Amino acid sequence: MSSDSRNESRRDDRGGRQGGGQGRRFVRARKSCKFCADKTDYIDYKDSRLLSGYIPERGKILPRRISGTCAPHQRMLATAIKRARNAALLPFATD
Amino acid sequence: MRVYEILFIVAPNVEEGDIETLITQLSDVLKNQGAQVARVDRMGRRRLAYPIQKFNEGHYVVFTVEGTGSEIAEVERRMRVADPIIRYLTVRIDEDLKRAEKFRARRAAHGAPSSGGSARAGRAGEAAEADEEELEEEEE
Repeated sequence: MSSDSRNESRRDDRGGRQGGGQGRRFVRARKSCKFCADKTDYIDYKDSRLLSGYIPERGKILPRRISGTCAPHQRMLATAIKRARNAALLPFATD
Repeated sequence: MRVYEILFIVAPNVEEGDIETLITQLSDVLKNQGAQVARVDRMGRRRLAYPIQKFNEGHYVVFTVEGTGSEIAEVERRMRVADPIIRYLTVRIDEDLKRAEKFRARRAAHGAPSSGGSARAGRAGEAAEADEEELEEEEE
């Protein structure tokens, strides 16, 4: 079930990227999903203020490897951004 | 019953009164088709992220509609023909709302681990389904 991956306790299990034997590996603290922290269930496409935080200057959708958003929330975010673009709330491209 | 959100953008050169009549016209169309207009939300005049028909601004209006789905075709046809409407977007939201509701219920049922005692008490009256889910989690 998709909702399982949203479960916070399970999120903690796979947190951290230390793995591997080499101690020299640079470990950056795991970014956490902002939507999970806020317990967001639905990302509204009309909330352009929120969405604009996930649109870098070029107008593309910020990848989750940068933002740390979890997969279910990134999916919601992506649909919301695409809807917002059609409603002229967000740009398709900027230069 | 399905829930839809119909957003449309009215050209900035349209008078305030004309927007009102447009809104009542469209909601009448919806009602005549058997749908219920649950909410009319006027987001006001906003800047567009990109020009549409050479306009840089527009009045945003959002309808929340409950219906079977057949009304949508009729309103969309009207909106396509209507000159002052420069853009419209219909989104079906009942499934998303249901999903959001499920997550909320789930969270309420499981509660925070630290306040397990109170969450347990609150859950006592709830369906056996919730208990089953909890069991699954403990096994893992």
